Amino acid sequence: MSEDIKKMIIDYVKKEYLEEDSGVTVNESTKLISSGIVDSFSMVSLKMFLEKKFSVKIPDDKATPEAFDSVNNIMNLLKEYTKI
Amino acid sequence: MAYSEKAKSFYDSTLKNIKQDGLFKEERFIESPQAANIKVEFPAGAPQKQVLNFCANNYLGLSSHPEVVKAAHDGLDARGYGMSSVRFICGTQDIHHELEDKLTKFLGTEDTILFPSCMEANAAIFEVMLDKEDAMISDRLVHASIVDGMRLSKAQLFNYKHNNMAHLEEKLQETQNCRFRLIITDGVFSMDGDLAKLDEICNLAEKYDAMVMVDDSHASGFIGKTGRGTHEHFNVMGRVDVITTTLGKALGGATGGCVSGRKGIVDLCRQRARPYLFSNTVPPVVVAASIKVIDLISDTTERRDKLERNTKYFREKMTKAGLDIKEGETPIVPVMLYNAKLAQDVARDLYAEGIYVIGFFFPVVAQGQARIRTQISADHEFEHIDKAVAAFTKVGAKYNILGKKKDEIIALYGM
Repeated sequence: MSEDIKKMIIDYVKKEYLEEDSGVTVNESTKLISSGIVDSFSMVSLKMFLEKKFSVKIPDDKATPEAFDSVNNIMNLLKEYTKI
Repeated sequence: MAYSEKAKSFYDSTLKNIKQDGLFKEERFIESPQAANIKVEFPAGAPQKQVLNFCANNYLGLSSHPEVVKAAHDGLDARGYGMSSVRFICGTQDIHHELEDKLTKFLGTEDTILFPSCMEANAAIFEVMLDKEDAMISDRLVHASIVDGMRLSKAQLFNYKHNNMAHLEEKLQETQNCRFRLIITDGVFSMDGDLAKLDEICNLAEKYDAMVMVDDSHASGFIGKTGRGTHEHFNVMGRVDVITTTLGKALGGATGGCVSGRKGIVDLCRQRARPYLFSNTVPPVVVAASIKVIDLISDTTERRDKLERNTKYFREKMTKAGLDIKEGETPIVPVMLYNAKLAQDVARDLYAEGIYVIGFFFPVVAQGQARIRTQISADHEFEHIDKAVAAFTKVGAKYNILGKKKDEIIALYGM
């Protein structure tokens, strides 16, 4: 289950943020924000995607660049607000 | 003391971190008017050095044009120095209105409102136009001032991959339920120098009933065959709803900006735009000089034509010399180096050769996309460009990057 969710987030990041020819690989520990794959402003759309997918509201003060900096970090954040 | 030890050490350590990360910006003192040829004191205290400026937004070379300077003097004499007021109290002179009319005519829009800067025009526009039931759909590489402006609006934010029309269309489909949608883009992107696909954007906007907003700060005055901007270049004049632009780049280079577009939107800015309502009017001296700038570039396309020739000449020579430049047609010509330290080293060596350019790297541009952004001006002569290309060739040879493309440069220096 957890692996499926990770894959879903990775797929979304690839589709939403990477160009097809970028050559960048994304796995569960890839740095997303600090590496510049997802800029801090575009993070909004990632937050919206997660909120919609899991029917949760992530408080703005929890949606920090650190909390979104890898799929693993995002999983930890989601665990606080969902039953995944 | 209110400025506690705790606060002091916090600011000091933040500054230290900026320095450690190699991101500390130092100002260079220019001891002459802005031009192709300038005198610079750098580092502070060093003897003055005569250098060729290849990093100004002085695209049309009007920053120190004698007729512009004279118009500024005349404006100063006729209308004074300051207004000590915001526009709607006692800060609007006849010349403010005259400049707004001239900009409207030049940009081919319905109406125009001046702001103290384009940064403030962008800070204002989204809050004025949109509310929480609306959507802002922005290109991911828009200027920082647009990002800040969008943050001030309650509208929902969506963004699409840079210049990716299929992704934009997806976002337009996702947001069908919103009351209003506004597609937001730069006309010319400041770091890559590429143009937004404004014709395709307007087609999509019409297909999905969305409005279009363009920041043409790096285009007004020289893009398009008579310099009106990106909308002229793509033959979509009348189909763009809002243009924001600056008087601080090609159009004289001092300060000031505007929102130009649909009359109702401009009228609403006069009532609701907070940076317009709560900051001082554009000084008369800037207004008077800007009127002269618009007159100069409305009378003849000579300067934008020269800029186009210079740009073509520089791009061809740099390519021939083996520098890895981003292809394009605008006077923003990024020389790609990919590695941040390499970009800084090359810029430093070019300065020693008398060419003033700056290296840009993450977070200003994406990781692994470090570059030197060169900017061409109508003030440059071919001999200036020849000198710059010769310097790039000499420094490029030193770092063994001539004739090398992305993968080879990264193999040598990393990202």
